[in-house]
Amino acid sequence: MMGRQAARRALLAVLVIALALFPLVGAKFYLTYATKIMIMAIFAMSLDLLVGVTGLVSLGHALYFGAAGYALAMMDGPSLWWSLPASMALAALAALAIGALVLRASGIYFIMVTLAFAQMAYFFVRDSSYFGGSDGKYLNARPDASLFGWRALDLDSHLHRYYLALALALAVYVLLRRVLGSAFGRVLVGIRDNEARMRSLGFATFRYKLAAFVLAGALAGLAGYLTALQDGIMNPEQLGWNRSGEALVMVILGGMGTLAGPALGAGALMALELVFSTWTKHWQLLLGVFVIGVVLFMPRGLLARRKESGHG
Amino acid sequence: MDFATFLIQLLNGVQYGLLLFLIASGLTLIFGIMGVINLAHGSFYMIGAYLAFWLTGALGNFWLALLAGVALSVLLGVALEWLLVRHLYRRDHLYQVLLTYGLILVFEELRSILFGDDVHGVTVPSPFNFSLRLTDTLSYSVYRLAMSAICLALAAAMYWTIARTRLGMMIRAGSVNREMVQALGINVGLLYRLVFALGVALAAFAGMLAAPAASVFPGMGNQVLIVSFVVVVIGGLGSVRGALVAALLIGLADVFGQLAFPQLSGMTVYLVMAVVLLWRPRGLFGSA
Amino acid sequence: MAEAALRTEGLSRSFGGLRAVADVSLACSSGAVHAVIGPNGAGKTTLINMLSGDLAPSGGRIELFGEDVTGLRPEQVSQRGVGRSYQKTNVFPGFSAFENCRLAAQSRLPSSMRFFRSAERYPEVNAAAERALEAAGLAARGGTPAAALSHGEQRQLEIAMTLATAPRVLLLDEPLAGMGAEESARMVALIRSLRTQHAILLVEHDMDAVFAVADVLTVMVNGAVLASGAPAQVRANPEVQHAYLGEEEGGDG
Repeated sequence: MMGRQAARRALLAVLVIALALFPLVGAKFYLTYATKIMIMAIFAMSLDLLVGVTGLVSLGHALYFGAAGYALAMMDGPSLWWSLPASMALAALAALAIGALVLRASGIYFIMVTLAFAQMAYFFVRDSSYFGGSDGKYLNARPDASLFGWRALDLDSHLHRYYLALALALAVYVLLRRVLGSAFGRVLVGIRDNEARMRSLGFATFRYKLAAFVLAGALAGLAGYLTALQDGIMNPEQLGWNRSGEALVMVILGGMGTLAGPALGAGALMALELVFSTWTKHWQLLLGVFVIGVVLFMPRGLLARRKESGHG
Repeated sequence: MDFATFLIQLLNGVQYGLLLFLIASGLTLIFGIMGVINLAHGSFYMIGAYLAFWLTGALGNFWLALLAGVALSVLLGVALEWLLVRHLYRRDHLYQVLLTYGLILVFEELRSILFGDDVHGVTVPSPFNFSLRLTDTLSYSVYRLAMSAICLALAAAMYWTIARTRLGMMIRAGSVNREMVQALGINVGLLYRLVFALGVALAAFAGMLAAPAASVFPGMGNQVLIVSFVVVVIGGLGSVRGALVAALLIGLADVFGQLAFPQLSGMTVYLVMAVVLLWRPRGLFGSA
Repeated sequence: MAEAALRTEGLSRSFGGLRAVADVSLACSSGAVHAVIGPNGAGKTTLINMLSGDLAPSGGRIELFGEDVTGLRPEQVSQRGVGRSYQKTNVFPGFSAFENCRLAAQSRLPSSMRFFRSAERYPEVNAAAERALEAAGLAARGGTPAAALSHGEQRQLEIAMTLATAPRVLLLDEPLAGMGAEESARMVALIRSLRTQHAILLVEHDMDAVFAVADVLTVMVNGAVLASGAPAQVRANPEVQHAYLGEEEGGDG
């Protein structure tokens, strides 16, 4: 077991160093794309906490992504230091309210209901002129990252945004790894494998599922906030179901329940999208065929978990 | 609200509800009997609408197009079940979601390649291409009345099929207990293929029927899919009767919700769902 | 006999029109094994499901140390000191035997909403898991993945997990199911050793085991209690012999 953990740490270190050095060689376009990939890696890891770890297949995860993104878009160049936590808190609050409702359902109901609530938010935003309607909402200014007058981070610089995304993706990975190994994480895995047994052992499972839902929502909010920050605009598609579906593909493609897998899945899927889109403007057709192929031929993903295994 | 307006809204709500029922009943049957969650169900509605647009142009007659469209959609259903869907039985819902999500992407792009991204229309067919005058300013399209009548006739036919025929017996047995169907010596593979093709045909038929009354546009399938999900959730998974009640409820809630709370226009149906979910998490007609 | 730990009064449950359990009143005391036997479909598992909170009764009352616990949820029943093992082995296959017990013992922490500290660093939880493994005779197998344990060991682990929640009342649903003779003997010895500290309700088909450990015996037929009392008495009851024991024990005597 130690061997595997050491290998994992070594691989992670190599990856992080490579990403940290990437700006030395990468052109601006690729840096921007890599930034987006790392943001989506955060989103995919947050969804993995639900799908892979807890066994809750949410098809409405984009709602929390979008909620925090729009929160930033509605603010007028606020300070990063309070607007980021505030936006994540808003996403967490939305996850708390909706989670309390949808977690009453299970299985296929859960899938349908999470999707339905996300679409409700989608239509609400799309039809509301206050949120800029279907055109979306432009940020008046990017958040200000100065701290006590010291401007260490300039969020108008694509390079700084790149490193911010890298640091936060790494932080989220470390945080979730930690959570997985905690008492809380063990309960989530137990719920995924056999919820009835967990209840008969004395765990009030609803509470833990809700906590996981809120945590995942907050982290999805982080990704949404960063997306608004990166793109300078938030539009309804960011909380549409394509966003949620794409994240599910990332999780499966990488290997669910592994955290690192979904993060790599984000990279793989987005790289693929980039390649496809240079071939044809109808690249979504290729993507659809690819997704079907993954389900039929590679259902366990790139970093497949051993069958029904825990995490160690 | 005067009576004529109320009547028009009522008819609109019922008509929308009945149309939803055609789509949702297929969705709920496919889940109840085959245990498959099918995100691509909305695409079949879209495919139906585009078939109506294309075939009406090609054949010169909407009713002929309707017949040909139904035949084509049954073929599509059989082919899809044979090619893809049968690999999903007994697999985790997650993979069903993913594969059918992939199908949506494929169908949407094929639609874009074949028909472009413009909005199209289909002329209202005779003999229903006129309106009834209710007051000096208000009238109601006879085609919409005909739509409701056709949907009602189909609902009745479905009821009869499920209650009275051998296929219906298998469907009833299948939705109660999938293992039992096998034990009864029924060809499960054939039953699944029939049910799936029936579901596809119903959704496509709804799309064809709706084409002359509304427009034919990209993304129309996804919009209707989500509302059908709401219908299925409210009605209870696998319950055709529940789907009918819920579809009418949602149709009316949508129409009257837009009237009563215009600023919340798209949201009323979801609020209804939230209330039902709080009250009965397994839907109105779901098994406990 | 000591005060009843678990007591039911007129407990009933119907499914549709079918009465699966009808008007069952029984009591389990600390330090004693109360065995419930009966033919398939007698309602034994339904009874245990109600006692553990997995199933809400349609009538009657369940008392735990004098407290009314009727209709409580499984986690609430568990937190009040009732441990349950399942007929079908219900261990977490990816966890080791020790991790299974540790997860179970974790349920006795005031809360498992602990997000950062490693699950391995709770000495009291680890100790409880060790004790449970030891008590169930699995001390040497702690590091083995549950999926790699033999069937008999998995049944033992099932009980070890239950023990790790420090229960005062044990509900054992056919702990000997599918076991060979040697494994059965070990399980009987285990149940006997647990008797001193717990009130045990045992549902079991293996008559030799039942008569080896039971202090009180209840026979259920068609959801209702046919006879209840000391094992020897119940065994001698002609109705019982006719309805149930007669068929299985006919060869013996």
